[in-house]
Amino acid sequence: MNLDQIKKKINPLKYIPMNNRLFIFLILYCASFSLKAQYYDDPENHQCLKCHSTQTYGFHNDLMDTDEKRLMNPYYILDTVALKSGVHSVFDCTDCHSYEYTTYPHASNLKLEPLATCLDCHGGDDAFATYQFEVIQEEFQKSVHYRVYGDNFTCAKCHSQHTYTTTARSSNSVLEIVDYSNKMCLSCHNDMKRYLLMSGRENPEIVDIHDWLPNQELHFQHVRCIECHTEVVDGLMVSHNIVGKDQAVKNCVECHSANSRLKASLYKYQNLQERAEDGSVLGVLSSENYVIGSHQIPVLKRISLIIFFATLGGIFIHAFFRFIKK
Amino acid sequence: MNSNNKIYFYPVWLRIWHGINALGIIILIITGISLQSGGESGFISFNLNIKIHNFAGAIVSFNYLIFLLGNLFTENSKFYIVKPRNFIKRPLKQAYYYAWGMFHGMKPPYPLSEKRKFNPLQKYFYLIVMYIAVPLVIFSGIGLMFPELIFDKIYNVSGVLITAVTHSAMGFFISIFLIIHLYVASIGKSPLENFKSIVNGWHHV
Repeated sequence: MNLDQIKKKINPLKYIPMNNRLFIFLILYCASFSLKAQYYDDPENHQCLKCHSTQTYGFHNDLMDTDEKRLMNPYYILDTVALKSGVHSVFDCTDCHSYEYTTYPHASNLKLEPLATCLDCHGGDDAFATYQFEVIQEEFQKSVHYRVYGDNFTCAKCHSQHTYTTTARSSNSVLEIVDYSNKMCLSCHNDMKRYLLMSGRENPEIVDIHDWLPNQELHFQHVRCIECHTEVVDGLMVSHNIVGKDQAVKNCVECHSANSRLKASLYKYQNLQERAEDGSVLGVLSSENYVIGSHQIPVLKRISLIIFFATLGGIFIHAFFRFIKK
Repeated sequence: MNSNNKIYFYPVWLRIWHGINALGIIILIITGISLQSGGESGFISFNLNIKIHNFAGAIVSFNYLIFLLGNLFTENSKFYIVKPRNFIKRPLKQAYYYAWGMFHGMKPPYPLSEKRKFNPLQKYFYLIVMYIAVPLVIFSGIGLMFPELIFDKIYNVSGVLITAVTHSAMGFFISIFLIIHLYVASIGKSPLENFKSIVNGWHHV
C-alpha cells in the first residue's frame, strides 16, 4: 500500500474533489434537519400551526383583496405543547395529511382523504414489536367498542395521534399513568358531544352508574377504568378488549386481595420496573403500589390460620378432658 | 363486699364498659373479617360494612377511655399490678394448673379473693390486650380513617402498609384473645357461672 492509499483510508473525505465534498455536506446538512425534525418548535411561523394553534386566524381574501380574520373551529385547534411532546412529533403535518392542505381555503374534497391508520405504519414492523400492535388489534376487535361501532371506532378515538405519549411506559408515577389513561376514556364518556357523535345517544353519568363503588373518587384517581373494564391478557401491557358493565369487575376482592387482578397489568409492570431499579428487601417493601386488602401478606395469613386452628384445637382438647374428668 | 361466698367483683361502670366493649368488639371482628376478605355478604353491602366498622370502632375507642379513666380513678387498677417476684414462674404455675393440675385434683394456685380478681396468667393477657393490642388497634384505625395522619414512610416502608398490617394483625390477636377469653370464662363453678357474674357483678368463690 503506498502512502496515498493509506492517507485515503485514514481520511477519505479529503480525497474527494471539492465540489463533491460540498454536495455531500449539503446532503448531510439537510438529512440532519429531517432527523431533528422539530417542526413544531415555532408554531407561530409554522404554515399549519400559525392558524391551527390559535383561536383566530387571518388570511388575505384574493377575491375581495382584503385581509380577513376568522374564528378557528375549536375542534381544529391543536395543543402545540402536547403536539411537540407527542410520539409523532418527528413528523410534519403533511407527512400524514395531504400536501394540498398547504393552500387556503382548503379544498373541500380533502375532507374525504383516507388517513393512515396505526397499523398502516406500525403493523408488522420489528421496530415496534414490543408494542404488539397486531395483538392489540386482535384484542380490540373483541372489545365492545369494535363490536358495536366496527371500523368507525378507530384507534384515534382514544389515542390522539397528534399528542399521544407512551405515559404508561415512560412515567414513574402510577398516579400520572392512571390520570392519562382515564382521560382517554373520559374524553368521550364524560363528553356529551363526542359520546353522541359515536353512539348517537346521550352518555350516562359516570358518577351515577358507578354509585355502587365505595370511595368512588379515590378509585377514579388511583385506578384506571380499564382495570375493571377489560379482559386482561397476560403478556399484553394494556389490554384492549374493553368490556361493558355487564362483564366488568364488580367484586372488591378481585383487586383487594393478595392475588390481585391489579397486579396483572399496571401494578405488575410498575412493580417489576421498580424492582429492576431497587431489588433490595426495603426497595420491594417501599413500593408505593398499595392496594387496601393486598396487605393480606401470604405469610401472615398462613401464620394467622395456624394460630387460629391451634387455638381451636387446644380448646377442643381441653374441653374434651374437662368433660371426661368431670 | 362479701356475702355468702360471693364477692362483688364487677362494679356497674365496669359492667357497662365490658358490655359495650363485648358487643362492639364482636361487631368489629365480623365486619373486619368481611372487609378484609372484600366480599359482599348477602345482607350487608360493602359500604354499610365500612360504616358499621367505623362507628363500632369509634364507640369502642371512646369506651376504652371509660376503661382507662375507671382504672385511673377507682381501686380496680390494683388488680392489674404485676409483682416482679416470680415474674415468669407465677403465670407458668397457673398454666400448669390449666393444662394438668385441674384434671388431677390440684387446687387453683391463685384462688380469687377480694385482693385478687385475676390469676397471674389472666392478668398478663389482660395487660397485653388492654394496654398494647387495643391501643395499637385504635391508633392504627384512626390512621386508616385519616390517612393524611400517617407518615408517608417509616424507614422506607410505606406507612399505610404498616398501619394496615398493624391494624389487621392486632385485630386478629384480639379475636384470638376473645376466643380464649370466652372459653376460659366457662371454667368456673359451672360453665355459665362466670358469664352470670359479669352481668350481675357478683363472683362465686
